[in-house]
Amino acid sequence: MRLELGKIFIKDVQFGSETKIEDGVLYVNKEELIALIREDEHLKEVDVEIARPGESIRITPVKDVIEPRVKVEGPGGIFPGMISKVDTVGTGKTNALKGCAVVTTGKIVGFQEGIIDMTGPGAEYTPFSKLNNIVLICEPVDGLKPHDHERAVRFAGFKAAAYLGNAAKDITPDEVVAYETLPLLESVKAYPDLPRVAYVQMLQSQGLLHDTYVYGVDAKQILPTFIYPTEIMDGAIVSGNCVSACDKNTTYHHLNNPVVEDLFARHGKDLNFVGVVITNENVYLADKERSSNWTAKLVEYLGLDGVIISQEGFGNPDTDLIMNCKKIEQKGIKTVIITDEYAGRDGASQSLADADPLANATVTGGNANEVIELPPMDKVIGHIEVVNVIAGGSDGSLREDGSIVVEIQAITGATNELGFNKMSAKGY
Amino acid sequence: MGKIKVVHYINQFFAGIGGEEKADHKPEVREEIVGPGMALNAQFKGEAEIVATVICGDSYFNENIEEAKAEILDMVKKYNPDLFIAGPAFNAGRYGVACATITDAVQNELGIPALTAMYEENPGVDMFRKSIYIVPTKNSAAGMRDAVKKMVPLALKLGKGEEIGSPQEENYFPRGIRKNYFAEKRGSERAVEMLIKKLKGEEFETEYPMPDFDRVKPNPAVKDITKATIAIVTSGGIVPKGNPDHIESSSASKYGKYDIDGFNDLTEDDHQTAHGGYDPVYANNDPDRVIPVDILREMEKEGKIGKLHRYFYTTVGNGTAVASAKKFAAEIAKELVADGVDAVILTST
Repeated sequence: MRLELGKIFIKDVQFGSETKIEDGVLYVNKEELIALIREDEHLKEVDVEIARPGESIRITPVKDVIEPRVKVEGPGGIFPGMISKVDTVGTGKTNALKGCAVVTTGKIVGFQEGIIDMTGPGAEYTPFSKLNNIVLICEPVDGLKPHDHERAVRFAGFKAAAYLGNAAKDITPDEVVAYETLPLLESVKAYPDLPRVAYVQMLQSQGLLHDTYVYGVDAKQILPTFIYPTEIMDGAIVSGNCVSACDKNTTYHHLNNPVVEDLFARHGKDLNFVGVVITNENVYLADKERSSNWTAKLVEYLGLDGVIISQEGFGNPDTDLIMNCKKIEQKGIKTVIITDEYAGRDGASQSLADADPLANATVTGGNANEVIELPPMDKVIGHIEVVNVIAGGSDGSLREDGSIVVEIQAITGATNELGFNKMSAKGY
Repeated sequence: MGKIKVVHYINQFFAGIGGEEKADHKPEVREEIVGPGMALNAQFKGEAEIVATVICGDSYFNENIEEAKAEILDMVKKYNPDLFIAGPAFNAGRYGVACATITDAVQNELGIPALTAMYEENPGVDMFRKSIYIVPTKNSAAGMRDAVKKMVPLALKLGKGEEIGSPQEENYFPRGIRKNYFAEKRGSERAVEMLIKKLKGEEFETEYPMPDFDRVKPNPAVKDITKATIAIVTSGGIVPKGNPDHIESSSASKYGKYDIDGFNDLTEDDHQTAHGGYDPVYANNDPDRVIPVDILREMEKEGKIGKLHRYFYTTVGNGTAVASAKKFAAEIAKELVADGVDAVILTST
């Protein structure tokens, strides 16, 4: 399966009378966008704001971040099974608007939503401070249940991203990168001397606002399965997720999965990247056993030499991570796991809820409990008072002058477990 | 800034007072440089100076911890030093515990930067590595030069109030404190590089060493408990009255093996606990609460178990290093097997 990803670099976003891209500037027809999102009867009020890198703006509570993309050639559309038909995506051409994103906010859905600061110390911890953000403020109708609210805001984000992405359909990309994954036997034939490597991606599926969707299917209900990496680039996996902000994989993370990208970078040179195995993180022991058994069985069947396993969330999914790692290692297949840590504010506690000596190659996104002080910003988009209740915040987090003291857990993407960031932790 | 003022702590042996026979030496302070202080002071190269040396016998310290600590803290306070150094203690267990205990007290009660040094298996390491800087040394005083060379750079940094780097950079036992930092490459790239090294069989460094979970699989159930010989092993510190072998109230360096032949019930007249980590009142009132000799005797009589083994094994689990516990267990298990014991009841507190 081969996809050409066309990158269109967006330097700035401005409101305009027509939604279009000109000389690297994305112009957004605000009224048209609002009218599109307002179609959902669950949303009472919708507004759109722009937040640029370096501006004194704090966005909270952030639900999801989505990169606008559009299918240019090949079957299907972006976000198949969600807002496009369930055609198999991942071939042909796709254009992506690099340097910008749709950010969804509004009255809180779940407690595990985050903060994006566009400047200051907090901006260092979130990759989204470097993007020109089109922020959707979606206020639900009165009495809307959290799961309906989540769904409405989730779809609002996808619709807005597809709407903006559409402006790039006929644009010639600034840069084109081709990604190709051959069918397994051909791939092995092409690189007979290179170690065969796959990426095992664990999808957050604990339920109760901790959900991920694959071609529209709730990942709780999947058995571990194979997916081409380019399918993910077309939005086959999306977030529906209110797990702690620091280690939730937003839809932006899925579209730009760094493990996929960095494995491709070494593909054909140091390793043979044969594809992606997706599995879930359900809460029942039987589900955990079944999924980890199945994952180990699948990677064995694929004849692999090594895998990288990434996690999403923490605590309960630590057990899934360790089960996957242990069972795959026991099959003689080498693993590297990517996780993050909850070592307490003083960093002195054990970092994970589970451990095994076979997990001897671990990459960490850092200690999520570390405390940070975020100075006041000139402007807040969303509802600032939630910082007292979101995961990582506590009563009194928000001070009178508008500064906040929170764990970095509250910052969107801060300790990402796909290895999106440079942050790590070491023992002292 | 002038010279960093240092108070140094050593034991009776390194002060040249004497060996074990002088281990009850009470704390004294001398306004001079004594024993290993010479080597430290020379290595300071004028940046720091030992202004006083506190000397205390190892037995005195360990048997009178609270008093010894208070006396020594008073001595240290008097000099208002910028830095406190204890040892190095190498593999001397009680000296190591004293060094670590007093370093912890000076650091946390007086707020004075402090460090000590000792061998990795010294029980002082496991007891205090989380709260203080302990520099690793060789296991005997033959490693003095090496120890001093490693201690001084860290000591000077502490004395100057400079930021302390990682354990690898600065030579101290990792304290298990996790701190965030920004690496040069993103996590996914680090993961790919780690995997390539692992696949090639090259050395790689994990970013989070897994904590050591020593999981022991239980043996299958005893087939016929009515024929089984059952022994009691405890970390609850029950010993014959008077603690004849002086098992330590914390960080036990030994275990005891005691005959319970003829005992149907343990009472406060004949047994007690040596444990210093919990309120001993209820254990001392009725030691059967920690090791159920009375019930096992009844079961023996009723034929519910084969018999109760003649000896019980005991130690104190309070702050005892895993390494020590492992060593005791291996020895105890060997004897139990040799004596034909079928099953063991392990009790803790």
